[in-house]
Order: sequence, then C-alpha cells, then structure tokens
Amino acid sequence: MSTSRSSASSKSGARQSKVTVNSQWKAYLQHHRVTAKDSLIRLLKSPGSSIMTWLVLGIALSLPMTLFVSLENVKQLSRVWDQSSQISVYLKKGVVPRLAQGLSDEIQALPQVTSAYYISPELALKEFSAATGLSDVVEGLESNPLPGVISVVPSLASQDAKAMEKLQDQLMHFVQVESVQLDLLWVKRLYQFMELGQRMVWALALLLGLAVLLIIGNTIRLSIENRRDEILVVKLVGGTDAFVRRPFLYTGIWFGLGGGLIAWFLLSLGLYWLSGPVEQLIGLYGSEFVLSGLGVKDSLLLICDGVVLGWLGAWLAVSRHLARINP
Amino acid sequence: MAHVRFDNVSKSYPGGHHALSGVNFEINQGEIAFLTGHSGAGKSTLLKLIMLMEKATQGQVLVDGVNLSRLGNSQIPYHRRRVGVVFQNHQLLFDRSVFENVALPLRISGYSSRDLERRVRAALDKVGLLKKEKQSPIELSGGEQQRIGIARAVVNKPSLILADEPTGNLDPTLSAEIMRLFEQFNDVGVSVLIASHDLPLIDRLDHRVIGLKDGRLLNERPAGGL
Ligand SMILES: Nc1ncnc2c1ncn2[C@@H]1O[C@H](COP(=O)(O)OP(=O)(O)O)[C@@H](O)[C@H]1O
Ligand SMILES: [Mg+2]
Repeated sequence: MSTSRSSASSKSGARQSKVTVNSQWKAYLQHHRVTAKDSLIRLLKSPGSSIMTWLVLGIALSLPMTLFVSLENVKQLSRVWDQSSQISVYLKKGVVPRLAQGLSDEIQALPQVTSAYYISPELALKEFSAATGLSDVVEGLESNPLPGVISVVPSLASQDAKAMEKLQDQLMHFVQVESVQLDLLWVKRLYQFMELGQRMVWALALLLGLAVLLIIGNTIRLSIENRRDEILVVKLVGGTDAFVRRPFLYTGIWFGLGGGLIAWFLLSLGLYWLSGPVEQLIGLYGSEFVLSGLGVKDSLLLICDGVVLGWLGAWLAVSRHLARINP
Repeated sequence: MAHVRFDNVSKSYPGGHHALSGVNFEINQGEIAFLTGHSGAGKSTLLKLIMLMEKATQGQVLVDGVNLSRLGNSQIPYHRRRVGVVFQNHQLLFDRSVFENVALPLRISGYSSRDLERRVRAALDKVGLLKKEKQSPIELSGGEQQRIGIARAVVNKPSLILADEPTGNLDPTLSAEIMRLFEQFNDVGVSVLIASHDLPLIDRLDHRVIGLKDGRLLNERPAGGL
C-alpha cells in the first residue's frame, strides 16, 4: 500500500485496473495451464477411485465401438459372401439345347459374369424329382413342365444393386429368355440385419454415452462438494463463474481422455486377440479377408468422444451444483 | 461522494426475520468506522449487503455511487474485487501455502506471475508474515491466521476494507495489533468498516462508532468524540 491518500480518494477501482489486456491474456492462458495441471494432479493423488472411474468410462466407451467395428467387419465379409448370389435365367419353351448351350457360352463371355451353367429341362426335372422324392408324380407327367435354366454367377465387381439390375436388363434382351430372377434374398436379409444391427449400435452408443455423462457428472458433483470451502472463498474474493468452473471442467476432460484411451487400448487388444482365429476361420472358406482394426481416424474419434463427453458431463454437473454454493 | 451509503435499508431473511430495518448512514472516502451491537444486532448482515452476499429487501446500498441492486450477477465478481473482506473465521484454504492463500485474489484478477509475486510479498510484509509464506496456514497461530486473511483482503489494493469480528478469537494484545494494521491501511486512504463487539478495544481507539440494536441504527459516536 504505497499510494497516497489523495489518489485513494479519487475514483476508486482505478487503482486495480493497471492490469493490461496483454498481460491479462497471458495470465489467463497461464491459469488454464495451471488449472489443467492441478486437476490432473488431484486425480492422480487419489489413484484408487480415479482408476476405477477411468476403467468404468473405458468399458462404457469401448462397448459401442466394439460393436461398430464388428459390424464394419461383417459388412466387409458379406461382400465376400456375395459371390454366392446367383441369377437364374429362365429360357422360353422350345429353345433347343444346342441354342441354349450357345447362349450360356455367350453369357459366360460377358465381363460382368464369372460363370454361366446351362441346366436343361430334363436335368432340371431329374434334380427336382431327386430333391423332392416325387418321382412317381414326375413320371406321370405327359410332358416336362420345367423350362431350361442358365444359372449365372456375376463377378465380384458387379455385385452392387445397380450393376445387378443392369445385368438383369441385359440378360432380358436375349430373345430366348423368358424371365430373369435374382436370387438375392438372403443377401438382402443380411443387409437388413446389418441395418438393424447398426441402429442397435447407435442406440447402445447413445445409452452408454448417457451413462458416461452420468458417471462423470456424479464424480464431478462429489468433487464440488469436497471443494465447497474453496469455491466459497473464490466467489467471495471476486472469482467469476468461469473461474470457479474451470478446474471442474478440466477434471471432466481428464476423466474423458483417460476413459477414451482405455477404451482404445481395450479395443485394440480385443482385435489383436481375435484377428488370428477369425482369419483362420475365414480362410476355411477360401476367401481372403483381413480383420480391419481401428484406423487412425477411428482411434482419434474414440478418444475425442471421451474428451467431449467428459467435458460435457462436467459442464452439466457444474452448472447444476455450483449455482447452489453461494457465499 | 460517500464511499458507502445506506438509504433506508431493510433486510428480512426468508421466514420473515427482520435483520435490518430502515438503516441510514454514510461512510466517506478514507474514513474508518466501527460497527457495534449485541450478537444478532445485524452487523454481519450489514457487511454482507455491501459485499452482495445478500440483497436488501428495501432501500438502496450504494458503493462509489453505484446502486448495488442494479448490478447483474455477472458484475458481482468485479464489485467484490474492489472490496477487501476479513472474516472472523478467516476462511483460509488449508490445502495450500500462505503465499497461495494471499495470491488467490490476484490469480482471479488475472495478474502475471511476476506482478503477483511482488504484490503478495508486499502484502505479507505488511502483516509481518513474509518469512512464513511457504508454510501451510494450519501451522500458524490464530493471530497469524487472521493476518493472512488481512493480507489476502488487501493484496488487490481495494479502496474499501470490511472486517467482520476480526479479533473475535484473539487476546487483547493480538487484537490491538490487528486493529493497528487496519489503522495503517486507513492511514494511506483506504476506507475501513469493522464490525466488532469488543467494546473495551473500541473505546480505547478514537474512531467513529456506529451502533446497531435489533437491526436499527442506535447511536453514533463521532471520531474524536472521547
Ligand atoms: N441466513 C440467515 N437466515 C435467517 N436469519 C438470519 C440469517 N443470517 C442472520 N440471520 C438473523 O438475522 C439477525 C442478524 O444477524 P447477524 O447480521 O448475523 O447479526 P450479528 O452479526 O450482529 O451477530 C439475527 O437474528 C440472525 O439470526
Ligand atoms: Mg456477525
């Protein structure tokens, strides 16, 4: 207190405003740094409960991500399985076997087609009676009611719905062709299941995200209670709401970051553990398939999710509980 | 212009208890005054109104000509930074050093570390605790703790200091020392208002005395009235 009486009796408040904008900005950044560090140190000082919270958050965050990664892999796998999708080309009555075989060869030569195989009406009838055991009925027939069929397996590149339709159109244009049928039913079903699965993953992610918010919110609430005296003093000596909030927001961010990292670690570990057996299994089906893991983007997304949820949970808790602590 | 002005101020707490009724007084820039009265007379309530820890139910409280009822919630922190407060139970934080306790108002106001250190040391020097800055407040005596509270109240160089029973738990010698500190701040132009019921001590000091009884202004003894 070195100011003279005369300056003190001038407009008060002027004496505090010596802080320049630049130095205030520097001090603001410094306070962020210090607060971030202090919040982390506080968490590390009670390692037991912090690690518990981190683990719970990690598990909650890793669950939806695990399902998401599994779905991505099933999608990739289903592409491999699409090979088994077939097109049945039904021929008109009276197309002689020679012509039919020629057509089959022609179809086989198409670039979108892997293989084409002609089944004559006689062969079809034989297969039918063998498969159904209705040979008596079949023998009683005056004429063969079955048409000739060319069974077409499209190539891998033309598996998507549009290409399939185009191929179907193309096949329809042959004069000998009566109708063309895509045997895509089970592929469609698989896609429907995956659609459903994706929605369930989203719903689960939403629920677990909510759980993460609640866990962090509750943890922050406890730490607000623990630091009640400090909050009161800070408010009394002129701390703004932002100043009071800051350490708790950083606590939330640290929780979220830790949870995200643990989730990432769990997921990577799980994928590594699964990759051997899965690739072996897929290998049995003669297809090449590599279990896709977490890319850099997904990893970052997972960790960012944690951080954002941590911050948000803390923010919700702080805005609910800090207002109640008033000097 | 008066530094602090109460205009017909009443305060009733929820439940209808009248803590203050129709209080009028002014404290001038650079004045020092005592606020006395029995326990429950309304001394703490009066100080809380100046700090905006409570709001008047009737009338106006003006500080530096600013009507406090006009300040929004976001302006309250900035108002508080201009007023230094000393509490009876000193409200120190035992999880940090003496230095950090005193530095708190400066950290809040956004001082750079160099400025901050200089000011904290100056405030600690003023109250004679420079050598104990690294200790925890819990290791210090009651009188020393109260002086940390005073250092914290003055570190931001407020133009107004409020003290609520600052000598409540101290023996007469220590109490006199604490009062001497407040007088020193007043000597350099700071307005000081001290709530106390330590009548013998107040009587020995020849300052203005504002008396409260059951929330009403009772009597005034002007400075130099002895
Ligand atoms: N937060 C509160 N809620 C209700 N009544 C209160 C509150 N604070 C103080 N009072 C009442 O207001 C009156 C004045 O209290 P106070 O200002 O603390 O007096 P003093 O500081 O002079 O002892 C007392 O009767 C007290 O019981
Ligand atoms: Mg009191």
